[in-house]
Amino acid sequence: MTTTSTDQLGLGDIGPARFGSIPAVREGLADVGYLADEGIAGVVYLADRLAKPVLVEGPAGTGKTQLAKSVADLTGARLIRLQCYEGLDESKALYEWNYRKQLLRIQAGQVLSEGDLAGTPGHHSPSWHELEEDIFSEEFLLTRPLLEAIRAKEPVVLLIDEVDRVELETEALLLEILSEYQVSIPELGTVRATQLPMVFLTSNNTRELSEALKRRCLYLHIDYPDIDRERAIIRAKVPGISDELADQVARIVRSLRTIELRKLPSVSETLDWARTLVVLGINSVDAATAKDSLHILLKYQSDIERAAKELLNAVEG
Amino acid sequence: MLNLLAGFVEELRRNGLPVSLTEHLDAAEAVHHIPIEDREALKYTLGATLIKSSSHWHAFEATFDIYFARGLGSGEEGPGLQGDDEELAQFQMRTEGQGQAGGGGMEEMTAEELAELLYQALLRGNQQMMRAVARSAVTRYAGIEKGRPVGGTYYLYRTLRNLELDQVLDRLIAQAKGERTEEGELSALDERLLGDEFRVRADQLRKAVEDEIRRRLVEDRGAQALAKSVRKPLPEDLDVMHATREELQTLQRALRPLSRKLAVRLARRRRHHRRGPLDFRATVRRSLSTGGVPVDPRYRHPRPAKPEIVVIADISGSVASFARFTLHLVYAIQSQFSKVRSFVFVDGIDEVTRFFERADDPADAVAEINTEADVVWVDGHSDYGHALGVFYDRWSKEITNRTSVLVLGDARNNYHATEDWVLAELRKKARHVYWLNPEPRDYWGSGDSVIAAYGVHCDAVVECRTLRQLEKFVGDLV
Repeated sequence: MTTTSTDQLGLGDIGPARFGSIPAVREGLADVGYLADEGIAGVVYLADRLAKPVLVEGPAGTGKTQLAKSVADLTGARLIRLQCYEGLDESKALYEWNYRKQLLRIQAGQVLSEGDLAGTPGHHSPSWHELEEDIFSEEFLLTRPLLEAIRAKEPVVLLIDEVDRVELETEALLLEILSEYQVSIPELGTVRATQLPMVFLTSNNTRELSEALKRRCLYLHIDYPDIDRERAIIRAKVPGISDELADQVARIVRSLRTIELRKLPSVSETLDWARTLVVLGINSVDAATAKDSLHILLKYQSDIERAAKELLNAVEG
Repeated sequence: MLNLLAGFVEELRRNGLPVSLTEHLDAAEAVHHIPIEDREALKYTLGATLIKSSSHWHAFEATFDIYFARGLGSGEEGPGLQGDDEELAQFQMRTEGQGQAGGGGMEEMTAEELAELLYQALLRGNQQMMRAVARSAVTRYAGIEKGRPVGGTYYLYRTLRNLELDQVLDRLIAQAKGERTEEGELSALDERLLGDEFRVRADQLRKAVEDEIRRRLVEDRGAQALAKSVRKPLPEDLDVMHATREELQTLQRALRPLSRKLAVRLARRRRHHRRGPLDFRATVRRSLSTGGVPVDPRYRHPRPAKPEIVVIADISGSVASFARFTLHLVYAIQSQFSKVRSFVFVDGIDEVTRFFERADDPADAVAEINTEADVVWVDGHSDYGHALGVFYDRWSKEITNRTSVLVLGDARNNYHATEDWVLAELRKKARHVYWLNPEPRDYWGSGDSVIAAYGVHCDAVVECRTLRQLEKFVGDLV
């Protein structure tokens, strides 16, 4: 196993390592304000070494998108983002011929040649072949995020957000770029990546992704953080919060997540709650405060009622 | 290492996890890039390369723990024993000072000392101490017999029973309360938080005990043999009818994302299933930007009619959990149907649609059915004939040619009359009549099962034992 898989793919050099070691990734991410656990840091490190995309899954609001942004920050790369939605197609994701401009070019050609014809007899209008070459050149190509990431000269991080929203058939668009970092355009040929971008795909798991897509990626599941990490996140992201309050918030949220709710509080909701408490000048959460501000953490009325009953049953009376 | 990895991948596949050759190669490549002695890093590396779905993570973890058990066969007998932890060392000093556990280390602690160590470990949430507790508790209580082909669940049970975790927890909470009340009243919230904190620690301890038992079993019989004993089906392949209570909880958890996924998929298919006719106005409007050339034709979206669903479910004894899962799933995607009505029966029958209309969450309604629905007529043993007869008298007028009728049950009729003419009549009125049977096909027709008598009147009789089969059936229904 001395040859890397990238050699076999003909990618050539995968470039110098972006990160020294797994702990270095972790520290680096912490410096740009993303507190990764060992699993996250490990997968990011491997993604770089193996030159493979990372498929990030997990509940909403646990920092999947933020991870890609932070990695871009850390490596000083430009972030190119492709937001997926139903009905996304080739012309929005990869490239599109600018047919308005092409039409204009053809019409302009006709006008010019008619004009020329009047002045200089014997002049031929451009042949069909020339015209075809001309209007299918890079000048008439509109690059969309995927092609842009491939063609970029500077380092980029490509984020393909909520990939589970596109139809199964559209996923196939991504396969070529994910495994070989290239895009084939029938009229132009194959565009190879000049530098290998780091690729992150996020998914909210609203449907199974295809095997073909999964096989090409490293898989990272980001779950709700454990209490220590959550506490650290709160402290890092909410300025002016006291240690006791951060601890209390983290513990209440952990307890809430053990209750059977329709939508569990996410990290971002936790942070919103902590910020609210700080703004309100509350130093210690008692039952009444918790009850009044539960709606920041929970988004369904039935959840709020259930949580209040489970957690704060004494306040009801 | 490569051989070990190959064995590991082989075992994952035997567990039903789809691991492709490329993924195996990726894993082999990836382990070169990480410090191999770091067990956690190895776990995440193999996880990232071999496992591509979070529902498989659990099975992966279990297999990983067997193949790469902590401290297996190496000098690392557990750092706790060497006393590199201050609190633990202190504790050892103290017990040795009492002249009881001299020299022999933790293995020969008395039951009282063990209990005290457990108490201290939970009180401080100290990992090293927990591991020490696990080690000596397993030695003391588990009574592992060498060479027996078991998975270790019984050993775990025996150890935990002797540790009396619940009592220790009560004691911890009571004591913590005692301390706090001196500062002021402890609110319900604080109490709950405190309880959760200790419960988390108790779980950590449970896990430590599990690790310890596993380690010893692997030492005894080798990883491959143990992996075979503990192999478990994935949640979606669990047999609903014979699931244990714990497995039912796993199923319950799996059901929610499953129903959400199904709903999204169906909604999407409805919209994109086929192209409608050309939308002339929209096409002309689009063509304006290309100088009147209709480059980009637009189509109308078709709106296919939604079916009506009537669910008639047996909720007696063994098939009850199956009926609950099905009801839950049907209601989770009820936006895909124009109308859903549900009836449950044992020997009497009752309409339960109202519970679902009232509740936000199908899970609530399903829970309510168990306590509130009026389904017992004589003795509370399944009587399909009577239940169907009553259904026909009271509700058959509302079955129309747009209705699909689903009957859920094992058709074990306790030798009552079948009254299968009801199904024949229903089939004439309804669009479809389906029967979902949670029993394995081989058992159909044995004993008091009268599925054959009903089956001839149905459009299809479907074996539906696992969530996977259930999901497929409901998905095809729309």
